[in-house]
Amino acid sequence: MGSVKQVAASRVKLARLDELPLGTGKTVRLGALELAVFRLGDDTVRAVENRCPHKNGVLAEGMVSGHYVFCPMHDRKIDLNDGLVQKPDDGCVKTFGTWVEDGVVWVDVG
Amino acid sequence: MGKEKLLLIGNGMAGVNAIEHLKKLAPDKYDITIFGAEPYPNYNRIMLSYVLAGDTKQEEIYINDYDWYEKNGIRLYTGQRVSSIDPAAKTVTSDGAAGPMTTSYDKLVIATGSNAFVIPIPGSQLPGVIAYRTIRDTELMREAAKKYKKAVVIGGGLLGLEAARGLLNLGMQVEVVHIGDCLMERQLDKTASKLLQTSLEQQGMKFLMEKSSAEILGKERATGLKFADGTWTEADLIVMAVGIRPNVSLAKEAGLDVVQGITVNDWLETSAPDVYAVGECAQHRGVAYGLVAPLYEQGAVLAKRLAGVDGAPYEGSVVYTKLKVSGVDVFSGGQFIEDAETKAIRVHDDWSGIYKKVLVKGSKIVGAVLFGDTSESTRLMQLIKSQADITKMEITKLLQESGAEGGGGGGTEGMVAAMADDAVVCGCNGVSKGTICSAIRECGLTTVEGVKDATTASRSCGGCKPLVAALLKTTLGDEFDAAASAKASICGCTTLSREEVVAGIKEKGLTHVREVMHVLGWKEPEGCSKCRPAVNYYLSMINPSTYKDDRTSRFVNERMHANIQKDGTYSVVPRMYGGVTTPSELKKIAEVAEKYNVPTVKLTGGQRIDLLGVKKEDLVPMWTDLDMPSGYAYGKALRTVKTCVGADFCRFGTADSMGMGIALEKKFERLNTPAKVKMAVSGCPRNCAESGIKDMGIVAIDGGWELYAGGNGGVKVRAGDLLATVKTEQDVMEYIAAYLQYYRETGNYGERTSEWIVRVGLDHVRGVVEDADRRRELCERMDEALAATKDPWKEAVETAAIRKDLYEVIETAK
Repeated sequence: MGSVKQVAASRVKLARLDELPLGTGKTVRLGALELAVFRLGDDTVRAVENRCPHKNGVLAEGMVSGHYVFCPMHDRKIDLNDGLVQKPDDGCVKTFGTWVEDGVVWVDVG
Repeated sequence: MGKEKLLLIGNGMAGVNAIEHLKKLAPDKYDITIFGAEPYPNYNRIMLSYVLAGDTKQEEIYINDYDWYEKNGIRLYTGQRVSSIDPAAKTVTSDGAAGPMTTSYDKLVIATGSNAFVIPIPGSQLPGVIAYRTIRDTELMREAAKKYKKAVVIGGGLLGLEAARGLLNLGMQVEVVHIGDCLMERQLDKTASKLLQTSLEQQGMKFLMEKSSAEILGKERATGLKFADGTWTEADLIVMAVGIRPNVSLAKEAGLDVVQGITVNDWLETSAPDVYAVGECAQHRGVAYGLVAPLYEQGAVLAKRLAGVDGAPYEGSVVYTKLKVSGVDVFSGGQFIEDAETKAIRVHDDWSGIYKKVLVKGSKIVGAVLFGDTSESTRLMQLIKSQADITKMEITKLLQESGAEGGGGGGTEGMVAAMADDAVVCGCNGVSKGTICSAIRECGLTTVEGVKDATTASRSCGGCKPLVAALLKTTLGDEFDAAASAKASICGCTTLSREEVVAGIKEKGLTHVREVMHVLGWKEPEGCSKCRPAVNYYLSMINPSTYKDDRTSRFVNERMHANIQKDGTYSVVPRMYGGVTTPSELKKIAEVAEKYNVPTVKLTGGQRIDLLGVKKEDLVPMWTDLDMPSGYAYGKALRTVKTCVGADFCRFGTADSMGMGIALEKKFERLNTPAKVKMAVSGCPRNCAESGIKDMGIVAIDGGWELYAGGNGGVKVRAGDLLATVKTEQDVMEYIAAYLQYYRETGNYGERTSEWIVRVGLDHVRGVVEDADRRRELCERMDEALAATKDPWKEAVETAAIRKDLYEVIETAK
């Protein structure tokens, strides 16, 4: 997350930042892994596993407010920074580190 | 050390409520231990019917979660059954999840409640026969409903009917067996009982009245039920809901005085020293109560006694009942059958299915029965409890809504002022007047919502809201702002109501969602999933021709223009005006379904074809191939106009219902509304298109059309009200345009017309649409809104950016 340059074997190039829609999610498939990638209002990017811990809802279709996404199935509120489902519900979504380098979005899937 | 040891047997509503009170009065006086036989924290048993019906999750009916016990330093043993009490040694022995143990006490409270009564007939121990009393029973019934088809409920009382309704919801066929000739005869008179039976029959419940159960048939599992008269009925599941018996075995064995329940005096003391009993297991002045309010009243008295605080003794309760069955409002309180000393004030409106009866003895109200409209129940109950003198009231006002002025001496405020501090205001959650008033003062509460969050009063059925509002008013005096209290903010991100947001947008000329949130001082700068779509709708409603829709503030279905399903695939419903299609259109749909391997094709409730199980990436190509308009099966918009065949083919049809349906759907398609809108047109009063339960139902009559408003066939079934009778097709269009536009302008986002029409009043809406000038203005604004709409499928097919942003999936090798 953030702009710190990291070099990892597990990093994958996703898209150009300006290719990601502002304020809604994008489904990204990496083999068997499916991510929900969000470009937030402040132009930073978050990536989480595209499955809500509640009933496997697809998070890429959720409504995004600030750094939260609301699961489109049953409205669970999830913090995209740490993947934690907000109270009164419980659970956690796996998060993935992302960074933007020269206008290109990378994700660490390690 | 030195704290007295208080032991509570029974982790239910009565006992724990007493402990809650005690904790407030004397937080540190006792070292408290609770034994509960069921493996849960204490829960609200009266809400079980909601869990059974699937409206509420099990966890949602917990009154206190485990944290609460821990925070209050209460030792809780769940799944631990007490096996004996030794009053001489002052110990209790228990066994269960925590292993065998003997625990000593200084003070003991028995709150073992009651058990469901199982009729001792042959076969009653067979699998497939259950009582209806606990979370476990509810689980068993839900499991059975998945495997089996037909349920028989024995008992046409409150519990039996709630069980039956729940099983209907779970998709079972349900028969209710009742020994008497009237349902709920312990709460209702014959008139109300018959109305109730008719109403439940309309919901699909079947009744076998005056049948005495003799034997349960079946070898390994129940297969049927035989009656004393020799007849029988088949059953895959038999639910016994014939009553409860106070659970007194422990007390009996310990040598306590027991008649039906454990005998207690006005201080809830049993015959043994330092042993108290409270709730359904107790019998006070000859009465063992089986309803919630008395338990709370007893709990309050017991808590004071244990805390060593002076208080009034318990002198018995006036009981009341509400049936918690969707679509049926029934209330009964106090005396409900006339006798030689009573006179009845009666309203029986056969047409609306409303029946109300108030019983008066001398000059005092002693009881009431309400059917069809129970909005006055809380107010009447207070009049009954306070034994109000009705000679000072206007009789006609006695049966008016609780929000209205109740006549001299009978107003809601006068009433709450006269209530004792420990009188229960919210029966569902056991919250007293004192608790509410101190919360208002200590937490600076100013709204009903605030009181709800702080005290849980009015959290469940909401019937006590008028009383809570009156308490706010009497507690705050001049500081009370009635408008601020009555209003509900649109979500937690703002304190503003719908009206204030709409006014703010208009006054300040706001033009997009983030701007509204910024200028109107939202707490969350980007809002939440509740307010974002609402604000987006209000903006488009106010400025239909200039507003640019904020796609990111749309719920997924409306953003994608297809219904998302639970596995993340979508369903596609093409527009098929009036439910009418052609062979070539059908062929096209079939070909597209084959091409994209659509796994399921089905007809929707609104007579359209639903293509289910479509991948996100396939949506746009499918729409391209279909080349049909979007059916809006996903939107807060006009869904479908259902039609019968009408005069063209039907021998009864008096008008062209198909033609009318097509014209209406063509005119109003794509219109954004506060919630989904469904319409139907029937060609004659036989009403094959089911116009009576639509947001707008149109029924052709000889020489004209009847327009029914605010119907709903969903969870809360509501028959539409006759809004107007008009002559020409032109009138139909105009009236409906005015009606829908008025709903668009005054409806809360998410509020169906069935709720809206009740809130703003049928007569009011009628007045608006019948006023020729207002109708014309509304029609003009409607036309402006309609002119700005575009077909979203076509837009997606033609716009590369939309396709890329919303429907494209990035595929990358790992």
